[in-house]
Amino acid sequence: MSNKYLIFLGCAIPYRVSSYEISARKVLDRLGIELVEMPEFNCCGLPLDPVSHDAMLVLAARNLALAEQQGLPILTLCPGCAGTFKKVNMLLKKDKALRDMINNHLKETRLEFNGTVDAKHLLQVLKEDVGVEKIKTAVVKPLTMLKVAEHVGCHLLRPKEYSGFDDPEDPQVLKMLIEATGATCLDYIGETECCGAPSVGVSDKVALQLAREKLSHVKKVAAQALVTICGFCHIMFDTNELRIERMFNETYGIPILHYTQLLGLALGIPAEELAFNELRVDPSKILKAVDEGTE
Amino acid sequence: MAETEKPKDIIKASEIDPKFKYELLKMPGSEKILRCFQCGTCTSDCPVARFSDTYRPRTIIRMAQLGLRDRVLNSETLWLCAACFTCTDRCPQDVEVASVIRVLRNLAAEKGIVPAVFKEQANAILNSGYAYNIPELKIKKRETQGLPPLPRGNPESLRKTLKRIKLFDIVQKGSSPT
Repeated sequence: MSNKYLIFLGCAIPYRVSSYEISARKVLDRLGIELVEMPEFNCCGLPLDPVSHDAMLVLAARNLALAEQQGLPILTLCPGCAGTFKKVNMLLKKDKALRDMINNHLKETRLEFNGTVDAKHLLQVLKEDVGVEKIKTAVVKPLTMLKVAEHVGCHLLRPKEYSGFDDPEDPQVLKMLIEATGATCLDYIGETECCGAPSVGVSDKVALQLAREKLSHVKKVAAQALVTICGFCHIMFDTNELRIERMFNETYGIPILHYTQLLGLALGIPAEELAFNELRVDPSKILKAVDEGTE
Repeated sequence: MAETEKPKDIIKASEIDPKFKYELLKMPGSEKILRCFQCGTCTSDCPVARFSDTYRPRTIIRMAQLGLRDRVLNSETLWLCAACFTCTDRCPQDVEVASVIRVLRNLAAEKGIVPAVFKEQANAILNSGYAYNIPELKIKKRETQGLPPLPRGNPESLRKTLKRIKLFDIVQKGSSPT
């Protein structure tokens, strides 16, 4: 349990999803989680894994070693970064030969991995360190007028051996946190399916069909928005929804919100401060409903 | 009109490298590949396989078990895995299917076979510390957005740390899979 974390932004969020970072910082500040900046952080290592597993291990261990020097745990906004740190932390802690091999590389820049800090994703911090009850108490504008669907994505849940969080086959934490805002969280088919983002660039066709399938299931239950907690998933849906509509001659019109935007509204933070203007799919219907619902 | 029948892609005994599976048994991630009894849980639960005509994790595992080294390492389908880890979590034999695929990708990469998108990300990491070349404008914009400066990392120290890892050659040369 901690209320002070080194914030790890990862790559995709500062590059393409600043709305997530802006809203996350606002919400965490409101809930009493202190974020410390770490100028030395690099990519978590995950994008290198397909090319070189060793390079991934070194990069992840390097970030963990930097956090160890600060003596603070890591909070990530990206589930991929959190998953990578958790996995590498576990692998290196239990395998001394591997740890020695990686430390031998880290020695080049006088760093050492000792396995003394943990990494958590934002959702885990909200659940474990802030707590659902505290969030409920902090809500000043219950979003009872909203019915939304959630998309947790893959890397916060799987592989379960390393994630150690929630139930990968029937995840509940994001639902619980959505309901803490007063909104209703709807069930739909294929909730735990992949958004398709990792296949972009290798087969856009496969990637877009995965996103389309998800959107069609969300539309069927008439959700007013799809709520994400991952920068990649968010890009996959928000950036591609219009493209999918054109490509398949379908209409979705489902705004894609970061959970931190939804929570921010419930905490009474003005929409202008939560970067709703940066979303591609127009969220104005949601904002109007929230405004009118509390009049 | 009947479709022209494609010639069958028959496996020749000369293609088989019986030692390949023993190499895989020694690599972190594919240690359990021989446990696979081809039940097909991985393929039936694979989101990519639903929309791809070619990507079948079970087939990849079988090809690797058989020792079809070149076929599997040259195959484009190897790079379609979205790393959602559904196959890994649901495999009744605990094979860690997604990790086996990652091992095979690493071996393909060592032969210089890597799709452009992976090479671009690796190069961006080596040059900037980030998997993308984040434009300066974007970095400057953070100030007007009320965000603290972006961590600049330390690409030089990063390259130093990675200098003894077979990565630079792979991402600078290399070809795309067929």
